Amino acid sequence: MTKWLTFVAACWLIVTALISGPGAVSAQTLRIGLAEDPDMLDPTLSRTFVSYVVRTALCDKLFDIGLEQEIVPQLATQWEWTDDKRGLIIKLRPGVKFHDGEPFDAAAVKFSIERHLTMPGSTRKSDISAISRVEIIDDHTVKLVLLTPFAPLLAQLAAAAGTMISPKAAQAAGENFGSHPVCAGPFKFVERVAQDRIVLERFADYWDKDKIKLERIVYLPIPDTTVRLANLQSGGLDLAGVAATDLDTVRKDPRLKLAAVSGIGYSGITINVANGERSKTPMGRDARVRQALELSIDREALNQVVFNGEFEPGNQWVPPTNPYYVKELPIPARDVAKAKALLAAAVAPNPVVAMTVTNNPVVLQTAQVIQAMAKESGFDIRIQATEFASALQLAAKGDFEAFMLGWTGRVDPDGNIYNLVTCNSPFNDGHYCNPEVDRELDAARKVDTRVDRLAHYRNVAEHILQDLPIIYLYHAKWLYAASARLSGFIPYPDGVIRPQGLQLE
Amino acid sequence: MTTFLLRRLALVLPTLFFVSVLIFGLQQLLPGDPALAMAGEDRDPAVIAFLRQKYHLDEPFPVRYLLWVEGVLAGDLGESIRIKRPVRDLVLEKLPVTAELAALAIVIALSIGLPMGILAAVKNDSAVDYAATMVALWGRSIPNFWLGILLILLFSVEWGLLPASGFVSPAESLSRNLATLIMPAFVLGNAIAAVMMRHTRSAMLEVLSSDYVRTARAKGLSETRVVLHHALRNALVPVITLGALEFGELLSGAVLTEQVFTIPGFGKLIVDAVFNRDYAVVQGVVLCTALAFILLNLFADVAYVLINPRLRE
Repeated sequence: MTKWLTFVAACWLIVTALISGPGAVSAQTLRIGLAEDPDMLDPTLSRTFVSYVVRTALCDKLFDIGLEQEIVPQLATQWEWTDDKRGLIIKLRPGVKFHDGEPFDAAAVKFSIERHLTMPGSTRKSDISAISRVEIIDDHTVKLVLLTPFAPLLAQLAAAAGTMISPKAAQAAGENFGSHPVCAGPFKFVERVAQDRIVLERFADYWDKDKIKLERIVYLPIPDTTVRLANLQSGGLDLAGVAATDLDTVRKDPRLKLAAVSGIGYSGITINVANGERSKTPMGRDARVRQALELSIDREALNQVVFNGEFEPGNQWVPPTNPYYVKELPIPARDVAKAKALLAAAVAPNPVVAMTVTNNPVVLQTAQVIQAMAKESGFDIRIQATEFASALQLAAKGDFEAFMLGWTGRVDPDGNIYNLVTCNSPFNDGHYCNPEVDRELDAARKVDTRVDRLAHYRNVAEHILQDLPIIYLYHAKWLYAASARLSGFIPYPDGVIRPQGLQLE
Repeated sequence: MTTFLLRRLALVLPTLFFVSVLIFGLQQLLPGDPALAMAGEDRDPAVIAFLRQKYHLDEPFPVRYLLWVEGVLAGDLGESIRIKRPVRDLVLEKLPVTAELAALAIVIALSIGLPMGILAAVKNDSAVDYAATMVALWGRSIPNFWLGILLILLFSVEWGLLPASGFVSPAESLSRNLATLIMPAFVLGNAIAAVMMRHTRSAMLEVLSSDYVRTARAKGLSETRVVLHHALRNALVPVITLGALEFGELLSGAVLTEQVFTIPGFGKLIVDAVFNRDYAVVQGVVLCTALAFILLNLFADVAYVLINPRLRE
């Protein structure tokens, strides 16, 4: 028996030794932990946020955002709106090359945007559907002609829809472009092992190469936050997002440093106000019941209990620190007496509310805190923890009363509200419909100064905070732990890691 | 022997057919619309409609099943909706990882379970026997994910000896490959070792009290030779069955362990596919693991015969 065991072990060692090779990790290889394995890396077809995180190192966009969420040029150098706001003239950066050596020019912009607009299954189409055509003015100037004025366009072009790809490579690869994306970003694609790693290496001809110090980036999907943290502590990762509950551990560990920034998304409770039979509850029918629920919640206490006070409480679709936050309508203080009075006025002193939540420990804890707070006003909240994909389907079908869900957020405020509350929008699960809100949101799309847009959003907020189709709760922060060896890391509000300036010591 | 093998092989196809219908049917019972789950946060209706049509999600169940079977017979297991790669490639990529982990786990299980089982039988009712039984009980009752996290905290975070998770191919570096696999393999092997120890112990106790062992002792053979050469060989039959079954189970994916250690094997592939409603991947992986399981059972049957000549008749 011992002989047999020795034989098996020896065989295994010999076989593995025969095919083994060197495995040294370069000093400038940055290992980034991702919360999940990205879907395809095709900028037109990809549907997940983590894919966008990886693509940010691979693919430059026409524009990017700065730390204050301002639009900054990336592959564009200048831009100008036409007088009727139906045309955007963009000057392009000269001397830029794609990873396959092809030049980046106006034809590449036209190709990329047309691909986003017309490719079957494109998830970018809805972001830039306002564009009717792309005109090439000269080699380095394009004009985007719009169907109607659309102020969020620049923000869309500073996100996934502004990603530029090599026309030659995309035409050759067709639908399979995502398995080997060729763009004009600081890193080029090397390999991907599904659920294991994505490896990129420095692109020598990058237009802004002086800012790139790393040789390689390896993205490792590690869904479990405990394991991700253990990897950071043991040196298996150099940079990764961490949970709010792990911040103390990160702060106490000399091997790690913490970085945090307010995000642009929100978490809230969507109420079914008109989607099928399950909207016919006191909560769905009477805004006073929804107002009572809002007044029952102490958002600051929720933040302290569940998120160690790290997140940002909020009552609107953008955080209170955002320039588009309507300051005249601040977070209401908890007021149980007023909540009870509202419930009495609505003739529903003890409403029973089924609240669907996704099956995640933090979400469940948030729901339990809300349940306990609302109980004092007379609410009987029954938490229904449901697996994510099932919950989405139930919500779309209207098979819910209240659904606690987060939204990752968009740079332009329009992206956090328009499709979530306008009549007949694809993800307005509660089927809220207020023509006045629609009119104001449409108007906010057509003006481009911050003051003018904010005026429209003020009108929207007055309706939304009265009708409460969504009770906004808090805005998560992006929390990162980085190896003490890593320098130059600046977290951005969109949660995307930019490789520029990163260096390992 | 040949007839026996042929008869067993003839059962493979109907079993696989049954498994495929079952998994295909059960998946339809899963709540959650795959197109909706795949469409991303924006849930663009045009994208949802496109996905439904492209992946035949709008066709009735029998049509979808036949389309899938047609593909399988032509060697095409379909395409992952999520990452747009052929399922066949994913299976071929993950199988060696899971197989290596499973093999290592079995080696660990054998190296712990067999000697402990033998010792416990030879020193029956002694302190050694009780200690071995306690270790076995511990091994079986400790949850894999918990032991996994404990090991990570100890060996990776505290002592910095082993990588906390991930996988390095042996083609890249053998030492790092072993370093990434040793903890998950131990977690899996530890649980199997416990069962193996109990099986070995009871089989050995039975064999040690048989006539031929008494004869061997009477011939004046050393106790070591009696135990290891004469008794163990016969006691191995149930242990082999167990080993083959456990190995098959490991091949179908050590779901929790692969999740904790982020090992990109079958277990992780299938869990992610279920949560993302990536049906083609689930079907492909289940079909392959069912096939592996059937073949391993067959292997166990053949191994009995080889080890115990009396069964050759």
